[in-house]
Amino acid sequence: MPTLLVAEHDNKVLKDATHKAVTAAQGLASEIHVLVAGQNCRPVADAAAKLDGVAKVLLADGAPYEHQLAEPMAALIVSLAGPYEAIVAPATTAGKNYLPRVAALLDVMQISDISKVVGSDTFERLIYAGNAVQTVRSRDAKKVITVRTAAFQAAGEGGAAPVETVSAASDPGISAFVGEELSKSDRPELTSAKVIISGGRAMQSRENFTKYIEPVADKLGAAVGASRAAVDAGYAPNDWQVGQTGKVVAPELYIAVGISGAIQHLAGMKDSKVIVAINKDEEAPIFQVADYGLVADLYQALPELEQELGKLGR
Amino acid sequence: MKILVPVKRVVDKDIKIRVKADSSGVELANVKMSMNPFDEIAVEEAIRLKEAGKATEIIAVSIGPQQAGETIRTALAMGADRGILVKAEPPIEPLAVAKILKAIVEAEQPGLVIMGKQAIDDDCNQTGQMLAALLDWPQGTFASKLVIEGGDILVTREVDGGLQTVKLKGPAIVTTDLRLNEPRYASLPNIMKAKKKPIDEKTPDAYGVETKPRLEVLKTVEPPSRKAGVKVGSVAELVGKLKNEAGVL
Repeated sequence: MPTLLVAEHDNKVLKDATHKAVTAAQGLASEIHVLVAGQNCRPVADAAAKLDGVAKVLLADGAPYEHQLAEPMAALIVSLAGPYEAIVAPATTAGKNYLPRVAALLDVMQISDISKVVGSDTFERLIYAGNAVQTVRSRDAKKVITVRTAAFQAAGEGGAAPVETVSAASDPGISAFVGEELSKSDRPELTSAKVIISGGRAMQSRENFTKYIEPVADKLGAAVGASRAAVDAGYAPNDWQVGQTGKVVAPELYIAVGISGAIQHLAGMKDSKVIVAINKDEEAPIFQVADYGLVADLYQALPELEQELGKLGR
Repeated sequence: MKILVPVKRVVDKDIKIRVKADSSGVELANVKMSMNPFDEIAVEEAIRLKEAGKATEIIAVSIGPQQAGETIRTALAMGADRGILVKAEPPIEPLAVAKILKAIVEAEQPGLVIMGKQAIDDDCNQTGQMLAALLDWPQGTFASKLVIEGGDILVTREVDGGLQTVKLKGPAIVTTDLRLNEPRYASLPNIMKAKKKPIDEKTPDAYGVETKPRLEVLKTVEPPSRKAGVKVGSVAELVGKLKNEAGVL
């Protein structure tokens, strides 16, 4: 029986989280159908059709799905669930919002945020903020799964699956979108960036993020992240937060600046390929996970780093 | 309007957990336990709504062993009015918890359920959404702001790209994110007063809910550890190593 995978997108662009969830779903060893639910989102369905390993794309185009609110999304997914053995979504804030609703309606215990597919009913997932790894086997006939995208490579784009239109389910009509404040940035998104530079409480202000972190980010083509302490202090917006309760990332290069290395933060970035820590406290726990540690004052080190990168022609 | 606040007893957030040597789970014996931090935020938000005259009564519910009664007592000391303890031996999965909570909601008829977005032990992030589904209520998850406007509930949510605001037709479920509020500490007089507040004791059977886990935990192990690397002496050396040794520049 096939797997239904719900795509992450903004009605225009198919997000990289979908590519990674496809790789996870391939571990279930069954045919993958991708559901694209949104409004005026045909280009997203066409993009999903190109993903390697996707056999079919289902397109549900309608006003209730424009903002992927949990109530209409869950109604739609449940209406399509019949023939599927597994229902999968990336563990983004959208997937985390609607998928447990689907699971409850199907009387299934969801397997959240899996980091490895061991078999079609057996998975690894992190508990206690990444301090333990659990292997669980589902006894439910259907599996409902969210995927920790940082743990999987993105699927390639060489396919040409057919796109089929599916009809909208009835909208429960108990919720409505009012508005949103999305951060505007030309930088890559945190969860798909190849390079990330993050600042901690030692940044001391929002202005210092702009003055010291962002120029280095621009030289590296990096996304900017922050520790929970920096976000709580108001130095950085909430969607920059890297950590167990924020975003979980695994870039090629992660540079932690003025971040002590609380367990909560480490849980969100320790799968990065190369970790650099810049901190003036040589006892900071971040150095225990860093490949390269520099004990230095960030206000001197960052301008120097910008200069050195400039010498490389960046 | 009544507000129902489910609270979970978990290993204290400041304790570094230990995985048992036989891979059977996480060591819970003689470990400090506290209320799940996201649930504290939920209790605080309910109290603020009551103080603002938007709510009349706050009921704290916990599902767990006898000691979960202490977690309810903490909520009562913060300002909740009464408690319901559903005694059940852990592990009780989110789906079973949601079913028990549904039965309690049907009996108590609250206008709002506020709960943590996830528990810091199993990190599932499911129960609120599941309860909303079972009740056919709307959900406002990962809330950083909550406003009651007549029969509607406006929830500002922390989402991947920033913030999103939704309007829910009450009654509704709201799950809390970190920045909704800063929970208060219970004062000594309120801790004393809380001892006199009533806690009802129930069992899952009383609600006709089966709590047998659907997920079988095969093993629990330590995550692979990362080794500390080298210290570099200067920014120039760092950039050199990133370029020539690590090959990431």
